[in-house]
Amino acid sequence: MNIPEELRYTKTHEWLRIEGNKGYVGITDFAQHHLGDLVFVELPETDAEVAAGDVLCSIESVKTASDIYSPVSGKVVEVNEDLEDDAGLLNEDPYANWIAVLELSDPSEADNLMDAAAYREHCEKEEEAMG
Amino acid sequence: MKKTPLYQKHLDYGGRVVDFSGWALPVQYSGIVEEHKAVREAAGLFDVSHMGEISVAGPGAADLVYYLVVNDTSRMKPGKVMYTPMCYESGGVVDDILVYMKAPDDWLLAVNAANTDKDYEWILEQASGKNVTVRNLSDETAQVALQGPKAETIMSRLTKAPVQQLVFYTFMDAVDLEVGKALVSRTGYTGEDGFEIYMPTDIAPQLWDRIMEAGKEEGLIPAGLGARDTLRFEACLPLYGHELEKDITPLEAGLKFTVKLDKTDFIGKKALAKQKEEGLKRKIVGLEMLDKGVPRHGYEVYAGEQAVGTVTSGSFAPTLDAYLALALVEAGYTGLGTELEIDIRGRKKAARVVKTPFYTPRYKR
Repeated sequence: MNIPEELRYTKTHEWLRIEGNKGYVGITDFAQHHLGDLVFVELPETDAEVAAGDVLCSIESVKTASDIYSPVSGKVVEVNEDLEDDAGLLNEDPYANWIAVLELSDPSEADNLMDAAAYREHCEKEEEAMG
Repeated sequence: MKKTPLYQKHLDYGGRVVDFSGWALPVQYSGIVEEHKAVREAAGLFDVSHMGEISVAGPGAADLVYYLVVNDTSRMKPGKVMYTPMCYESGGVVDDILVYMKAPDDWLLAVNAANTDKDYEWILEQASGKNVTVRNLSDETAQVALQGPKAETIMSRLTKAPVQQLVFYTFMDAVDLEVGKALVSRTGYTGEDGFEIYMPTDIAPQLWDRIMEAGKEEGLIPAGLGARDTLRFEACLPLYGHELEKDITPLEAGLKFTVKLDKTDFIGKKALAKQKEEGLKRKIVGLEMLDKGVPRHGYEVYAGEQAVGTVTSGSFAPTLDAYLALALVEAGYTGLGTELEIDIRGRKKAARVVKTPFYTPRYKR
């Protein structure tokens, strides 16, 4: 499983990359693997305000719809429109294909997220629980 | 969870095993879309051992089967298969089944997994005093489905029997497949040519290996229940619990071709004749999304502010690259081209009534 060192992670399998006062949000390799073939991304609306833990948008695999939660609080300033035409990009490379960019309202919130080592442990526990 | 005799094969092939109405079965191996495409373009092998098999035998068997189902089994000959709903007096559906005629006094009914016990009880009830023996063979029978344009080539490598001569909806019993004997049926639930093979549980693992080996060069891959669902959905083959239900009739489900009202009698005839005469108040239609979104089972269908129906099945359709739905919609909103909306997770999205089946099946006639 691919878990880049430089990112921060949520328990619900989103990643966050901070650049200045902006945060790039996507789903992890673990998430795309377990969801299976993704067929649709309902992108968030730009200018939407979200709080950490709020539903940011939803993605749909062949079998189910899943909510994507915002790792941090902020305003959506950009969405990845490539995903509208090809949700499968998230399966191909979930880290290159971010979903949305947030303007962070409180960058220190990122400290509440897991680093790569903690996230790897979290994933291993979930895999065990799934059997 | 119940395990099929092929459970270990699913693990060996990297299947993602889930609970499918009490059965531990793989939803996918390599991926639903890849498996779906393999079946459309080459071949896929499915474990469908969870399906039920009920034997109806004895002097009264032909009459009982005729009375149980809406289709006309009196037109069948040994070696024929017939698809038919089996109804309640209300016209609602107990199950949709395949009827195999082995001999006038020996019939096999292939039924849906989740309905097996209910069907068996129902048939037993109807059989009382009719000089037949009804047996539930589900626990001793395994079933695999070999589906796709390469299925015939692969199947003919498994036996000396002339299985390639079977046309769609016919079968051969006791076909020697080296590892044992099996019933080979030219049927399927994918919209492609293919075979369904019924066998004793103990030979299933060896047969699975033989089929996979024989299909290697043809691009055969194991396929899970996820692909089975998207394949049947594109071909608009109904799924019990979705397009068919206790309170949905075969006429409403678009299965008029199976309802033979000229039969002398069958369970549900009165109700179905009445419904036909009065006209349908609702029926299953195909919908294509105009706005992007994935419609799913249970979502409401709207004409303006008015709820006019419910999605029975919906999915991204891999072969057609479209978001499609089957929906039970009120009369008046079912014409081709009618624009409706589907409430997808709180957002109403435009859809249009389109022709079914979405994907034209390619059967061997």
